[in-house]
Amino acid sequence: MQRIGVFVCHCGTNIAGTVDVAAVSEALKNEPGVVYSTNYQYMCSQAGQDIIKNAIAEHGLTGIVVCSCSPRMHEATFRKTAAAAGLNSYMVEIANIREQCSWVHKDMKTGTEKAIILGKAAVAKVNLNAPLTPGESPVTKRALVIGGGIAGIQTALDIADAGFPVDIVETKPTIGGKMAQLDKTFPTLDCAACILTPKMVDVAQNDKIRIFSYSEVTDVKGFVGNFDVTIKRRARYVKEDVCTGCGACTEKCPQKKIPNEFNLGMDNRRAIYIPFAQAVPKVATIDLDHCNMLKNGKCGVCAKVCAAGAIDYNAKDEYIEEKYGAIVAATGFNPISMDKFDEFAYSQSKDVITSLEFERLTNAAGPTGGKLLRPSDGEHPRTIVFVQCVGSRCDSCAQKGKEYCSKICCMYTAKHAMLTRDKYPDTDVYVFYIDVRTPGKNFDEFYRRAVEEYGVHYIKGMVGKVSPEGGKLMVQASDLIDNKQLRIEADLVVLAAAIEPDRSARPLATMLTASMDTNDFFTEAHPKLRPVESPTAGVFLSGTCQGPKDIPETVAQAGAAASKVIGLLAKDKLMGNPCVAHSDENMCNGCSTCENVCPYGAITYEEKEFRMPDRTTRIRRVARVNEAVCQGCGCCTVACMSGAMNLKGFKNEQILAEVDAICR
Amino acid sequence: MSISKEPYRPLIVAFCCNWCSYAGADLAGNNRLAYPADVKIIRVPCSCRVNPTFILRAFQRGADGVILCGCHPGDCHYTSGNYYTRRRMALLFSMLDYLGIERERTRVEWVSAAEGAKFAATMNDFCETVASLGENKRLEDLRCKK
Repeated sequence: MQRIGVFVCHCGTNIAGTVDVAAVSEALKNEPGVVYSTNYQYMCSQAGQDIIKNAIAEHGLTGIVVCSCSPRMHEATFRKTAAAAGLNSYMVEIANIREQCSWVHKDMKTGTEKAIILGKAAVAKVNLNAPLTPGESPVTKRALVIGGGIAGIQTALDIADAGFPVDIVETKPTIGGKMAQLDKTFPTLDCAACILTPKMVDVAQNDKIRIFSYSEVTDVKGFVGNFDVTIKRRARYVKEDVCTGCGACTEKCPQKKIPNEFNLGMDNRRAIYIPFAQAVPKVATIDLDHCNMLKNGKCGVCAKVCAAGAIDYNAKDEYIEEKYGAIVAATGFNPISMDKFDEFAYSQSKDVITSLEFERLTNAAGPTGGKLLRPSDGEHPRTIVFVQCVGSRCDSCAQKGKEYCSKICCMYTAKHAMLTRDKYPDTDVYVFYIDVRTPGKNFDEFYRRAVEEYGVHYIKGMVGKVSPEGGKLMVQASDLIDNKQLRIEADLVVLAAAIEPDRSARPLATMLTASMDTNDFFTEAHPKLRPVESPTAGVFLSGTCQGPKDIPETVAQAGAAASKVIGLLAKDKLMGNPCVAHSDENMCNGCSTCENVCPYGAITYEEKEFRMPDRTTRIRRVARVNEAVCQGCGCCTVACMSGAMNLKGFKNEQILAEVDAICR
Repeated sequence: MSISKEPYRPLIVAFCCNWCSYAGADLAGNNRLAYPADVKIIRVPCSCRVNPTFILRAFQRGADGVILCGCHPGDCHYTSGNYYTRRRMALLFSMLDYLGIERERTRVEWVSAAEGAKFAATMNDFCETVASLGENKRLEDLRCKK
């Protein structure tokens, strides 16, 4: 018989607000095996853990039930506590009375009743727990960074700096991400390219880093320390190791009218192209959809002009399989589509642009060579209206935009307004805002400079409608402070579009079994204490894939993610999962059903001698589980017809005991 | 004299796989998405760990509905577990049908770790369905009642 201690956590008022914790600990006192039951404000705190340790010593406890938050949060904490007090850490069970009880039920009575039942189920399970010892598994000392923007670049550089090999997988032909498209950065007005491109070169020159550009991750298997990843290298029809990046092909290609993605379609590129001058790797790529040679075999100009002989029209997509110890998601963001925002006439007028397009228009390497010109007629705009929060903080229009604040728009709009007034003092600049949010070092000073020094007109209020009228844009807006309607005749309207996670993030999260929130941002293991780790062990988060961020925050998080990866890769061995399958050879009839369903090939058969009651011996074929290979899914336990197979930690009897306790 | 009786609430057992649905349930909690307290979750490593006898046992002991949640097909943490679940449950459902147990009392749902909203919506819907069917009397073993 076990001697079980029950520890009910208040979690401040998180649990105690909806669950009568004293009643729970009282009710569980009478459960079979329970010799001690108490409750405390914060079980996970040092004082709370001491209560558990002392109770183990004082009452000779052999099993622990903690009624608290999700085991995904603190199971590891309480297992360590038990181990510190000399108890096997697998004698601990968690009853999840926060995420799955107090947080989802409003009523104290039903909440308390449910918490008691969940506690009873956990007690019933612990009664059947047995001590388990984990095996060890090796760590592959190589990291994978998915995404080659500033987040991925910084993470890779930091990991490589510690001496571990890193691979970057980027879907675009070059690394650099969104930051490569920016002109200047707030609040220092550094030129983005001047601070990013040296880092891109560092990546290219670092012998610990491999770049898989124009590639994507198509499959992830395995677990922390031992991921098996398949990377698809899309055919770029140019040999990466032969191309010198001279650009001769990109000048001669006859396909000239393809919208240039890097300049957001504001100018054209050829079918063979290098995204921008500082691209890394600086290698041309042929666009399969537009190349005449690849589509109908008529052309071949690029192969003729290529002195290096790098063009290969017969290239095929390649799949590489590689092992990694840790994976960092750095998939980044995109501005949302403006299709649903008809009121701003984005699709009707070329002179209504997004902020990222404005960024390209003012960039010296952009389509206008850095001159701020109207996309429609190439004239210098005299009046510019910036609209903030287009799709951000959109409570009422959730289908249209996003409920969250995109965080970076206030600052980049202040930057745009300031830069415009600085270069063209004759321009009138209006900014319509809901609130100006400038928390950050030197941010508010920056915004005030835009208003006070540069004379940008900040108007609190939203723009209701933009209508193109004879080459101008009529902006109708409300001024909430003066409480009046405004009509402004503008030459250019710039929309601060909300940002959303890149579309590749969700399929990636599925492959990684990493969790996401409702907005498709990756969820962190703990919002405050483990902000760069995903709840899935061995998966880390860097940059805007976790939430809206500016560049300094992204770089800080990238460094933090790298340090977590380094900590993992520095280990030689990881403790494995002791909850693996086990076959009772006395019951096994050697039918091979379990072997057939096992996804890991962890089950083998051996001939074993058994002594029979009549003192003869008989040789029988029985299943044996390789505990180092078994991952503990338990599929074999259900497949086994003789009931010989069981899963440690989730034994048939334990689950049935939980069922019984719940249904009692 | 009137006899006050508490309104009938169904008893629902939910088996959730550790990697997707249990995390989905946690996410529903994090986002404070309410669903009835009738649902009691049992954590299993994978939906394929759930032996059909566990479900029958729940009905025998008086559960009114049983729901099994796992990763979406193709997304199983153990690569293929939920495919086995799907086939096993298809067999169990036809057996329950044969026994005369309403088809709606058992359900298999795929809920990913990101689908907190789907988890809550599924539980709300399932509770309502089971509540409208009323108590499970056919399979409940009254000898198990204390």
